[in-house]
Amino acid sequence: MGTQTGIGASVKRKEDKRFIIGKGRYLDDISRPGQTYGYFIRSPHAHAKITSLDSTAALKAPGVVAVLTGPDMQADGIGPLICGWGITSKDGTPHKAPAHPALAIGRVRYVGHQVALVVAETLQQARDAAELVEIEYEELDHVIEVGDALAAGAPQIHDDVPGNLSFDWELGDRGKTDAAIGSAHHVTRMKLRNNRLIPNAMEPRAALGDYDSGTDEITLYTTSQNPHVHRLVLSAFNGVAPEHKLRVIAPDVGGGFGSKIFIYSEETVCAWATKKLNRPVKWTAERSESFLSDAHGRDHETFAEMAFDANGKILGLKVSTKANVGCYLSTFASAVPTYLYGTLLSGQYTIPAIYCEVQAGFTNTAPVDAYRGAGRPEATYVVERMIEIGAREMGIDPAEIRKRNFIAPDAYPYETPVIMTYDSGNYALAMDKALEAIDYNGFVSRKAQSQAKGKLRGIGFSAFIEACGIAPSAAVGSLGAGVGLWESAQVRFNPTGSVTVFTGSHSHGQGHETTFAQIISDQLGVPIDQVEISHGDTGKVPFGMGTYGSRSLAVGGSAIMKAIDKIVEKSKKIAAHTLEASVEDIEHAGGIFKVAGTDKQMTMAEIAFSAYVPHNYPADVEPGMDETAFYDPLNFTFPAGTHIAEVEIDPDTGTTEILDWVAVDDFGNVINPMIVEGQVHGGIAQGIGQALLENCVYDKESGQLLTGSYMDYCMPRADDLPTFRVQTINTPCTTNPLGVKGCGEAGAISAPAALMNAITNALGKEIDMPATPEKVWRAAQGL
Amino acid sequence: MYQFDYQRPETLDEAVALLKEDCKLLAGGQTLLPTMKQRLAQPEALVDLGAIDSLRGVCPDDDKLAIGAMTTHAEVASKADIPALACLAAGIGDPQVRNRGTIGGSVANNDPAADYPAALLGLNAQVTTNKRVINADDFFVDLFETALEENEIIINVTFPRPQAAAYVKFDNPASRYAIVGVFVAKTGSGVRVAVTGAGPCVFRHKGLETALNNNFSAQAIEGVSVSAAGLNSDIHASADYRANLIKVLTKRAVAQIGG
Amino acid sequence: MPTVSMTVNGKQVTADIAPNTLLVSFLRENLRLTGTHVGCDTSQCGACVIHINGESAKSCTMLALQADGAEVTTIEGLAKGNDLHPMQKAFQENHGLQCGFCTTGMIMSAVDLVKKHGKPDDATIRKGLEGNICRCTGYQNIVKSVKAAAQEMEG
Repeated sequence: MGTQTGIGASVKRKEDKRFIIGKGRYLDDISRPGQTYGYFIRSPHAHAKITSLDSTAALKAPGVVAVLTGPDMQADGIGPLICGWGITSKDGTPHKAPAHPALAIGRVRYVGHQVALVVAETLQQARDAAELVEIEYEELDHVIEVGDALAAGAPQIHDDVPGNLSFDWELGDRGKTDAAIGSAHHVTRMKLRNNRLIPNAMEPRAALGDYDSGTDEITLYTTSQNPHVHRLVLSAFNGVAPEHKLRVIAPDVGGGFGSKIFIYSEETVCAWATKKLNRPVKWTAERSESFLSDAHGRDHETFAEMAFDANGKILGLKVSTKANVGCYLSTFASAVPTYLYGTLLSGQYTIPAIYCEVQAGFTNTAPVDAYRGAGRPEATYVVERMIEIGAREMGIDPAEIRKRNFIAPDAYPYETPVIMTYDSGNYALAMDKALEAIDYNGFVSRKAQSQAKGKLRGIGFSAFIEACGIAPSAAVGSLGAGVGLWESAQVRFNPTGSVTVFTGSHSHGQGHETTFAQIISDQLGVPIDQVEISHGDTGKVPFGMGTYGSRSLAVGGSAIMKAIDKIVEKSKKIAAHTLEASVEDIEHAGGIFKVAGTDKQMTMAEIAFSAYVPHNYPADVEPGMDETAFYDPLNFTFPAGTHIAEVEIDPDTGTTEILDWVAVDDFGNVINPMIVEGQVHGGIAQGIGQALLENCVYDKESGQLLTGSYMDYCMPRADDLPTFRVQTINTPCTTNPLGVKGCGEAGAISAPAALMNAITNALGKEIDMPATPEKVWRAAQGL
Repeated sequence: MYQFDYQRPETLDEAVALLKEDCKLLAGGQTLLPTMKQRLAQPEALVDLGAIDSLRGVCPDDDKLAIGAMTTHAEVASKADIPALACLAAGIGDPQVRNRGTIGGSVANNDPAADYPAALLGLNAQVTTNKRVINADDFFVDLFETALEENEIIINVTFPRPQAAAYVKFDNPASRYAIVGVFVAKTGSGVRVAVTGAGPCVFRHKGLETALNNNFSAQAIEGVSVSAAGLNSDIHASADYRANLIKVLTKRAVAQIGG
Repeated sequence: MPTVSMTVNGKQVTADIAPNTLLVSFLRENLRLTGTHVGCDTSQCGACVIHINGESAKSCTMLALQADGAEVTTIEGLAKGNDLHPMQKAFQENHGLQCGFCTTGMIMSAVDLVKKHGKPDDATIRKGLEGNICRCTGYQNIVKSVKAAAQEMEG
């Protein structure tokens, strides 16, 4: 409709007010009467038997309410944490997912492993008493790196998982790919390391369980991206409470990036403990606990081979990856290095043959699961590093080699050899715009200028693709998902014409309260300040699968569109009755219902009022204006684009300065360009973080996390980053009603390859992420 | 944090009288409080020096500059009229740390990666306490260890004015402490090169000093061998890399001074 | 327990507190001013930044007793009634926030930054926000916000 608050407008965010005046309501801001405080005792060892645990002294300490352990939970029938996606190995056997009790039973498997919960009247008392719990451990050998864990003779982490192998999975045609490699003009071979990351949403995880003995209902406040999924799992698998007696509230959540999808030990324990103790139990992570026990991301060791003909046309890609899944399979851990990874290895290219195999290994480290991009950054890193290195080896321009391999704009729908069907795109257009924006032709002279100053200049490309808007339930079901991945929306008109939308998507920074309101405003002509978006409470929202995988707009927004369709359909009947016309003659646009060819019309507000005051009303129509819709997507969406980074390296110190960054992204239709740009900025910053700064390091000898605080884990700060130059092209998605593709993960997926291609271009040598000053210095000095 | 007693004396004498075993002085608290929060320190009492006005302030003199122990980094950055020192203070931590952290606290803590020790050693400063005056060369003893005795409180630090000086720091990208920081000063008694971040304790590099005393230029440093032996090695930087940085940063400091 | 008195957002407050009470805990728990956040335990993230006697400081790295007699301003005290501070307005106008968790500390740091630097350029703003970590925005729109606010705050 193109109004100032409709689709396509950069509407200022409705949610901002509360945040800028300090009235956001994050979990730790919530307190319940009679609340107790929980403090988790965590394993100091990477791998050990718990030989004894004595809480006698702690229980006598001031203010202590209880000390709860794994055996206590087991005795109460609380089930272990689950992995919700079943992966089948090459040999047809299901993945191995050893039982993961929320509090350790008999054995600890990583530093930070939850051993017991001390509950007291104050946090100080709980912490003091925790030091009085006497725990004896018998240390066992441990293993940190996945390559070591999968090697013969490695320490066994789970008795029922021989060789620490969770699964050995494959996708694609091995024979055809081997043949392509065997007959190729040139084969590029590389070992690539995708470094392990710690998500670090700025709000630490927290949980507050609040049991009402009168109604026998548990309310769990938790930092979740998907409160209904939490309720479902905590009820169906952990047995904390029946679904109808468990309310999960995810209030304002301070960032997620995947790390708040999962159903963690701490929230499970708080939900159980509140009923057991008949007191509210609150736990808020200290940052050091977040470092230890939030699910980590990435951590792949890969060997890849890319085969080319003499013109640089890719003939085949073979990828063999070892994925570190940590000590247990977290909620979606098995999907990340498989169906969110192998399926994206075709990139933006026509590659006739692709084969991917992934061995997932257990280690004595925190569980690894989805982190912004989840599998797709790893895939993009493989494809975009390999094609760049191939171009260098063959003496072909890196932009040109990509263009020779792009899927043509008229080739859609395009089926890849790795089971994806791309619906739309225009990869060459994004590339051309990016080349123009960065002034690619001027690079040679800029490089010469740098050289004159004794600096090394480099340029790097990343033409990424991702599969978002997850996902068609039938498709993911056939691939092992334990849930459907639809979304719900309820659009409720109030009698006075204002609207409340209940969405199963969850906003933890994405701006849904604005974007979703724009859809309502655009489609139904409601002033945007008359639209309220409600989310994050299973007591209010019909149901929801939550926010991850850049799915909120493509799936949650489409559900809103479906509910709007129902509103319009019903409104037409009411208008027809009131205006004494036939329903077929009622035309609707932007909340105005008109009898075709006349000036007779009703506004949406008038119709809504009539629906609640149905004095003159069609007999076959229910009163009220409140419609719920569920939307199951037809396909994934495929955002894509080109990012180009330009860097300058100081060879004396190895410092890399990012001089310029151009991003041209295709997100399909865009509802709010301002918000989309912000999402891209944030994604690129995280991608740069991975390539340049961030690295999760465990000490192999001791198994301790060495990067357990911001003193050692390097978060990108304002002065680490350049100004990004971001633009979009828009080829609408053909499989959802909004034509949208999703934008939340693009930057994080694209950026690492672009930056590493730029740095290695400058150095003339390959190095792995993160490109720390020392690593870069060594490469620059030939050490 | 564990429980502790807290005192906030208003005079130095009162503070000295309050000192006892297992008691710690609280200056800006930017290192001590995080350490206590993590329960890595457990003092029975804190004596907060924050209310003792006489410990605060920058006093310039013709040939020296005295800085009160409780003067914040931000005040030194804006008021110290030895540019290299002001610049060093302006690069400590972040603006909020600089608004609270103090020179006395930093010097007494002697973190191996802190900036101030390089300035004290580079400028041949004197630390005045309630008991005596200690030369910088004698003050920094070892990792987190100084010549300070129990019951000794720093009153101020006096910096002789150099002919010229510069401090160049290579930040730890995460903590923003120095991976290596080099303070080069041309003084009446010769060139001094103090290095922080690289070893277990701030130190003077005699090889670099000798070379620069002979020929104060970046080229003079080329021929100096900086050994990695005894230097720190951690996940952020190896000893070899630190040795390289000492040389590179010294060159840059010399270039800044105009050598 | 010792007694602490300070002025918080213009109001005099007095309380008996344990010496190990951090200023941030005093603000959040005793005074229920929950706009000041805790995002780390090593004094780096800056979510807890407040003003103490007009200077920005990390309230997680101060004892409440150290603020005895001080004037403390938190995010809740920045606006004048319903009139938002120019920095608050600029953050909304320029999409300087996403999840909002770091925002309150970021705004408090930015106000002090502009006060000290007048009309800072991009590099000065980026350097001046060294003590505040944001995971959402990539900082670009924060820099834009601070720049815009600096124009409004002048004079």
